[in-house]
Amino acid sequence: MKKITILIASLALCSMLYAQEGIFGRTIPSVDIKTLTGEKFNTTGIDNQGKPIVISFFALWCKPCLRELTAISEVYPDWQEETGVKLVAVSIDDARSMANVAPTVNGNGWEYEFYCDPNGDFKRAMGVNLIPHIFILDGKKNVVYQHTSYAEGGENELYEIIKKVAAGEELPKE
Amino acid sequence: MTFTKTFISCCIILVASIYSSRSQDIPGNPTVHGNFQIDAQTYHTDDALGITDSTLQGKEFRMNGYGDIKFSMWRFNAGLRYEAYLPPLAGFEPQYQGQGIPYWFVEYADDKFQVTAGHFYEQFGMGMILRSYQQWDLGYDNSINGLRVKYSPVDGLSFKGLIGVQRYYWEPFENDNRGIVRGFDGEMVFNDIIKSMNESKTRFILGGSFVSKYEKMQSKTLLSDTTVYEYQLPENVASAAGRLTISHGGFNFYTEYVHKFNNPSAFNNYIYKDGEALLASLSYSQKGLGAYLAFKRIDNMSYKSKMTELGNVLDINFIPPLTKQFVYSLENVYPYATQLNGETAIQGQLVYTIPKGSKLGGKYGTKLEVNYSLVHGLDKEPIENGIPVDSTGTLGYKAPWFSFGDLYYQSIAATMEKKIGKKMKLNLEYVYIDYNIEVIEGHPEEPMVHANEFNIDFTYKFTSTKSLRAEYEQLLTKEDDGDWAMLLLEYNIAPKWFFSVMDQFNYGNPDKDMQLHYYTVAAAFVQGPHRISLSYGRQREGLLCVGGICRQVPASNGFTLNISTSF
Repeated sequence: MKKITILIASLALCSMLYAQEGIFGRTIPSVDIKTLTGEKFNTTGIDNQGKPIVISFFALWCKPCLRELTAISEVYPDWQEETGVKLVAVSIDDARSMANVAPTVNGNGWEYEFYCDPNGDFKRAMGVNLIPHIFILDGKKNVVYQHTSYAEGGENELYEIIKKVAAGEELPKE
Repeated sequence: MTFTKTFISCCIILVASIYSSRSQDIPGNPTVHGNFQIDAQTYHTDDALGITDSTLQGKEFRMNGYGDIKFSMWRFNAGLRYEAYLPPLAGFEPQYQGQGIPYWFVEYADDKFQVTAGHFYEQFGMGMILRSYQQWDLGYDNSINGLRVKYSPVDGLSFKGLIGVQRYYWEPFENDNRGIVRGFDGEMVFNDIIKSMNESKTRFILGGSFVSKYEKMQSKTLLSDTTVYEYQLPENVASAAGRLTISHGGFNFYTEYVHKFNNPSAFNNYIYKDGEALLASLSYSQKGLGAYLAFKRIDNMSYKSKMTELGNVLDINFIPPLTKQFVYSLENVYPYATQLNGETAIQGQLVYTIPKGSKLGGKYGTKLEVNYSLVHGLDKEPIENGIPVDSTGTLGYKAPWFSFGDLYYQSIAATMEKKIGKKMKLNLEYVYIDYNIEVIEGHPEEPMVHANEFNIDFTYKFTSTKSLRAEYEQLLTKEDDGDWAMLLLEYNIAPKWFFSVMDQFNYGNPDKDMQLHYYTVAAAFVQGPHRISLSYGRQREGLLCVGGICRQVPASNGFTLNISTSF
């Protein structure tokens, strides 16, 4: 237990040296994931030219995830037009269903940017426990909001936040 | 506790090095992130389910929990995970009981080079030769503790090498209590390497892996059927794999072949036959249409870093089941799990969205999906007359490629999804399943289960945030536990509140005393990344499956509390 205390203390010490920048601030970690055609893609390449980005972790076996992506797809053209937001959907399907991700998402007619994270490397790096899990990033790719679970209508609240982020407004503290 | 020492030393060096170079302009701020989860359950006696004080053995409250902390700065990452199972939830391996830090790592990464010391998760290709991963819900973790290096000298070319030992519950690695895993993987994107192919619309990716296990054999003798045999047991077991991806426009083709050299183990009854696996998939998609077809054949592909191990631990590889992963509760009464000793499977799926505005599509479009999966065992023939199939110490059997054995599993699923006006959504699903319960669940002499399943999933939106979702499911079968019906009502106030009541009723159970209601009442509150949920009710016995593996969950009765957060 003592060792763990030392460890946490040393991490805290190191962090405090830079505390003025906010140690809980977060951007996209550098992790290799895959495109829908199986090519390696580094997550630092996720970009939307200074406009907001939504990263959504989902899987084909997760019904609420699919409900959320379906609901957003109906309003996505409006969202894009008004805020320039881009939705990046990251599938955590493993080898069982990874090859089925492209035909399923295209068959649904979804027009997001898709990636596959078949061994959960990006999921772990982002600290995702449960899916659906959504992150909203500002124009500098800082994570400004995150949310887990989906209920019908949940996309409306997301959009309120995206609009604030696009306008450069401060988000209210939860 | 040497691992903790090593980790702390590494961290101190890291802190010191960062501190000493503080004056320099280091890009990126140090950050700390983490996530926590607690799953706790109370266990009450329930006469109908046969749960009494003696079966509970005093373990009336159980909890699984973890805390994962990650520290990043510049090109360094470090992290650890604390886990506690006090005691583990029912259905988890009892060997997990305890608490500690089973996972920690330090890592350096730049554009071309990455080195990880400590524990890591890795996958080569589709994982059929090597995959270490974690599934918290299933209590599965085969992380590798050792060293891993990744190197990508130029765009389109990447290499990985690793060496280590796998997690074995809480057991420290000592006295050769498990093997050492070594692996190498290389991948090349032709279009990036060969200039003349840069602009080609057809893209080729070629990959290859080599994995080997070293396990010291404590004894050269095996006891089988009360006879003692003396064998040359291989201390090194190697395997090699090759894979190819070709994509062109909406088409995508993937194939991977794995060959595993002789690997007698408790899982294959100590036969010396080589193992092999082939996976191939082809998909085509365009907006509104997706088609997928896949084939898999595996033969003797259990590959563990301990010869005598039979449990859900120490797997070096992962063989994906090639069946649809169902989302509704009663469909998952009969989930398929890969039979590692051999199976042949095909799967096909078609997804089509009838465009909005058309007669059948309506105002919002209508989504249709059809899936078919079929799995057969291998057709095993004796290697010689008089030697039974799977005899210990022999080459086991011959299995012709184009001859199928027993039916293990078959399913046909058809789904329709439609939005009706602004307020209503309707999902209909029909599933037919053939399920070889004798093979999949190991229930000898039980007949094949034939099941029909219907689901109606209806959502009504009262306001922009308030909605009610109703789910009716019915499973009809003459075998096993007979017919089931289920009703779920879920009232949601987006994005924070979830309330639900559910009842699963096994009204067709051939045993009248087991015609029981399995009811649950649940509520959840979500605030950003924080979620807390509480439920009370009865859980039916069954297989809980995520990804490729399953866990047998016993029937229970009690309160369940889940808390999860991430920052």
